[in-house]
Amino acid sequence: MKQGRFAWIVPALYILFLMTPIYWLVAMSLKTNVEITTRFTLWPELLTFDNYAKVFGDERWRSVFANSLMYVSLNTVISVAVALPAAYAFSRYRFFGDKHLFFWLLTNRMAPAAVFALPFFQLYSAFGLFDTHIAVALAHCLFNVPLAVWILEGFMSGVPREIDETAYIDGHSFPSFFVKIFMPLIASGIGVAAFFCFMFSWVEYLIADALARSAVMPITTRLQALSQASGTDWGVLAAAGTLTLIPGAIVIWFVRNYIAKGFALGRV
Amino acid sequence: MKPVNQKAWFLVAPVLLLVAFTAIIPLMTVVNYSVQYVATNAQFHWVGDLWYREVLHSEKFWNALWRNLVFSCIILAIQIPLGVLIALNMPRKGWGVPVCLVLMALPLLIPWYVVGMIWQMFGRVDIGLFGVMLRDFGYNYENDPIDAWFTLVLMDVWHWTSLVAMLAYAGLVSIPDAYYQAARIDGASKWSVFRFIQLPKMGRVLTIAILLRFMDSFMIFTEPFAVIAGGDPVFLSTELKQTVELGQKAAMSIIYFLIILLTSWVFYTVMTRDDGAPRPQGGVS
Repeated sequence: MKQGRFAWIVPALYILFLMTPIYWLVAMSLKTNVEITTRFTLWPELLTFDNYAKVFGDERWRSVFANSLMYVSLNTVISVAVALPAAYAFSRYRFFGDKHLFFWLLTNRMAPAAVFALPFFQLYSAFGLFDTHIAVALAHCLFNVPLAVWILEGFMSGVPREIDETAYIDGHSFPSFFVKIFMPLIASGIGVAAFFCFMFSWVEYLIADALARSAVMPITTRLQALSQASGTDWGVLAAAGTLTLIPGAIVIWFVRNYIAKGFALGRV
Repeated sequence: MKPVNQKAWFLVAPVLLLVAFTAIIPLMTVVNYSVQYVATNAQFHWVGDLWYREVLHSEKFWNALWRNLVFSCIILAIQIPLGVLIALNMPRKGWGVPVCLVLMALPLLIPWYVVGMIWQMFGRVDIGLFGVMLRDFGYNYENDPIDAWFTLVLMDVWHWTSLVAMLAYAGLVSIPDAYYQAARIDGASKWSVFRFIQLPKMGRVLTIAILLRFMDSFMIFTEPFAVIAGGDPVFLSTELKQTVELGQKAAMSIIYFLIILLTSWVFYTVMTRDDGAPRPQGGVS
């Protein structure tokens, strides 16, 4: 389809709109607090990296970053691992109650976090898991497992069933076929599923905040505590905020070639 | 047609156990609370549908519900056309494609609290670029609910339009060139190409975009919380979070969840009706 000569203006303007608030955050992180609060400057007049030094030099900042990355990674591994066999079952077989089960799984993707924050606290306390990485990782499975099943099922349905049958005739057992033959075939699907699990666990705030309060406090809880206190240190807050953009930017860069395919399935 | 195999349940079992732990048990706890009164000495008393009646007669609940529905409708009315417009004008090949995709995906990967924080810093009339520029027009989202409302809509457009654009783009690039050649031979106008080729081909991904955007804006909590800290406008999740009485909170949760369930079911039925398949089949099959 031929596009007009000036078609590029639309995405260019949109990207400009996306980048402006991000620019402001980064610019603030490079200013001194005096400059932020007393003068209005479009770019840092006195370029300083002190705010970043403060974040990196503070054990509390380092540990909240580590906590968040820890539960996000745990959740990604758990979600993809349990979703793989289930997605295979949905893509290859019909069984009693499959449609209802699939619909019910999807409704959990839509479940409002605010509804679950209260019972989660009591459930995980009862199991002695409150304020641990694994509690948040398990709780985020609420929406990430259905999502992973949905994405993987789409990729698996694209693999012809004859491949399964040939492998069984060749004498492969189910586990050996699944790990050695099938998983390499849907490697890009596993990548896309892991990407979206990482993304939704990384951005979530309400549940993580309810389940990990002190010992394993997530980064966003600390940002919340500091940003709504009086006498906010804007420079440090902006620096820490800027640093939270980096994990996302890195994973997007890795999946940039698969991302369009993941969206093509329409299964986000 | 797929073979029937009841042993497939063994493959689904881990998911079932996990989701039962993270969804069913908590939900049952909520149901339990919603029909009881918890006294100060932690004694439970059966109260039947008292809390439900209380919520359904509560003006605050209805206000939050309508406010949230209006918000969701505004979001859809802006983001869906805008996302399609951007997708139509995005480059189809060359270096522009990864650049567009990576930059556009960036807001989606920012923690929701940080999204709110970015807009708080951007919109404040003392230190924010946006706020300072609009200060002279009387803009101040901290005092004026209308300005706060405007800021939240703009923030959501900033945050989520990329999702719609990327879904629509994925639908567009899957259209074979032959369709466009046929249209050219027929001398079809740009509008009819859009109306009769591009829009139908984007149908499925757009349904999903509408579903996701409706649901997520209907459950919005974190971003407004970061910007206005529970002030006006109060959305449904905020109202839920601010309710203190346990039973009332639980009853409101159940009503909220039922609305979500009903909407999901309507969308699911619409999505699966067209292709006659038992479940939505992806583009790769």
